[in-house]
Amino acid sequence: MSTILVIEQVLNGLQSGVMLFLMAAGLTLIFGVMGLINLAHGSLYMVGAFAAAAVAGATGSFLLALLAALAAAAAAGVLVETLVIRRLYAADHLDQVLATFALILIFSEGTRLIFGSFPLYLDIPDWLSGPVTLPGGIEYPLYRLALIGAGLAVALALWLLIERTRIGIQIRAGENDREMIAALGVDISRLYTLVFALGAALAGLAGALVGAIQSVQVGMGEPVLILAFVTIVIGGIGSIKGAFVGAILVGLTQTLGSVFLPVLFRVFMDPSAAMSLGASLANMAVYILMSLVLIFRPTGLMGARA
Amino acid sequence: MKKLLLTTALAALATSAQAEVKVGMITTLSGGGAGLGLDVRDGFRLALAQAGRDDIELVVEDDQQKPDIAVQVADKMIQSERVDVMTGIIFSNLAMAVIPSAVNQGVVYLSPNAGPSQLAGRGCHPNYFNVAWQNDNLHEAAGAYANSAGYANSFIMAPNYPAGQDALTGYKRMYEGELAGEIYTQLGQTDYAAEIAQIRASGADSVFFFLPGGMGISFLKQYADSGVDIPVVGPAFSFDQGILQAVGEAALGVVNTAQWSKDIDIPVNTAFVESFTAEYGRLPSLYASQGFDTANLLISALDKADPSDNDAFRAALREADFDSTRGEFRFGPNQHPIQSIYAREVIQEGDVFTNRIIGVALEDHADAYAAECQMP
Repeated sequence: MSTILVIEQVLNGLQSGVMLFLMAAGLTLIFGVMGLINLAHGSLYMVGAFAAAAVAGATGSFLLALLAALAAAAAAGVLVETLVIRRLYAADHLDQVLATFALILIFSEGTRLIFGSFPLYLDIPDWLSGPVTLPGGIEYPLYRLALIGAGLAVALALWLLIERTRIGIQIRAGENDREMIAALGVDISRLYTLVFALGAALAGLAGALVGAIQSVQVGMGEPVLILAFVTIVIGGIGSIKGAFVGAILVGLTQTLGSVFLPVLFRVFMDPSAAMSLGASLANMAVYILMSLVLIFRPTGLMGARA
Repeated sequence: MKKLLLTTALAALATSAQAEVKVGMITTLSGGGAGLGLDVRDGFRLALAQAGRDDIELVVEDDQQKPDIAVQVADKMIQSERVDVMTGIIFSNLAMAVIPSAVNQGVVYLSPNAGPSQLAGRGCHPNYFNVAWQNDNLHEAAGAYANSAGYANSFIMAPNYPAGQDALTGYKRMYEGELAGEIYTQLGQTDYAAEIAQIRASGADSVFFFLPGGMGISFLKQYADSGVDIPVVGPAFSFDQGILQAVGEAALGVVNTAQWSKDIDIPVNTAFVESFTAEYGRLPSLYASQGFDTANLLISALDKADPSDNDAFRAALREADFDSTRGEFRFGPNQHPIQSIYAREVIQEGDVFTNRIIGVALEDHADAYAAECQMP
């Protein structure tokens, strides 16, 4: 097990962590500000990826594709918020889960009606493809480095937005006391639509960025959604900072677990048993992490309120 | 009044003489695996239409790739719609949930895709026919190809679920070299950076992987971008016509194994490729050819016997007296195919990515479980 391999795996974990953050940030914002459990967040991720694939196919430009992903996901978010979600703020969580689950089905079959059942093609642009050599002789795909950079940049921008702008103050106030900021004259329903669109756009961006190295197909959002929920539970529901820490932790646990657990078990077991036990345990690693966090910090790592 | 009675009676006779055969197709038409079910269904329908058989009534239902739904649909088809023959299931876990109980209720099942080892060995049944392959077959062919290509140090990889374990077992059954590494990934995994780093560090001279559907697309795109250039071999499931366009150039030159290819140069296959493309506006896949063959097998048996005469009907099916799109086709003692499996290479024809045969990986190959099968 060379140092190079370990560093490469840490980079891989970091990269999957920052992409997970884009998903988790929107989810946690929406839950924090509006108290809404949005299962359809994975569908917005899929909308972003499909919009990017369609535009990249038509124009050949990856940057236009990213813009299209942002716009399409935000538009879908606004539509969903004004038509469906708005009626659910007062309802209890079970109703929200039911309605947003229905949205998953509608989005999935709707996408199939428009784009068909076969996966779409979306590739890395030429100027970001291929490996680069990092100091220490590590060969690493340039695109994955770009993903880490993009994810960190979005995290920073989001932090500035929340901490340093008027909208950010309103969002934070909305998290603390909905009735009071409405009474102070903030247009709460416009704020909600805005936050929802922001969360949706982040999910759409993640879908497009990740779609270029994965498969753009119906149902691609659901596995990520589950991980994003684990992330915000670990980080503390409603906290952007928590989502960031949680996402990096989940990304690293998952990547390093799948590589090093089988190696670890090989020390005291025969190789094939070690491999299958290691792989199974690696599947569970993030959930074990979540349980541990919940035992010692029931509100999550950065969760403020009980 | 008498005349009316007579006509009614005649009409009744006429309908019964026409012997409507009801075929129930349960297949995956929604969710991530929908492309496969769609191709099987379209291939099957095409064969029925070409034979002009409107006495065969086809009922199609979606299983949503969920075993519980598949069982529900099967119960409905068997008990209330009273189908004579069933077909269509794509995924082995669904096949295991439906087929054993269906064949025990007297329904004949023709599998157009799934071929779990349990149903080929001890669990074989006179009412169960597999028209595609036993699950291990294409992986065994990949192992045989690796030997002939001179690979001696393979890195092998599959998702951690029964079909994934069968895949690695199948490859190792034929492959004679050393293993540089053997890993199980998560089912549904979309990021393979960790595995690719291990492949890079392993010193392997070849990579074998079984990652069906979206998993294979993700892996191939990431592998091509990683700069690792160790040759890749796999079963056709990651290189079928439906997903090659989504992988794009990343798949070019990859060798994969299949019992069918669009360029098998026999009249029945050429006609099939042409008519499928004309009818549906896309090239047929492996799955479409399997659906087409399944329907033609059924038609050939119906020409000789009626499903109500169970013994005669099964004997007619066992003869496999139809022109298969893959050429030579016959059933072994466990009613699974004995057939040749080809090595194909991914090429580009104009804008379209497709496969070309480069050789035969396994000639006249039967599955490894046939000996365990004891037909009553």
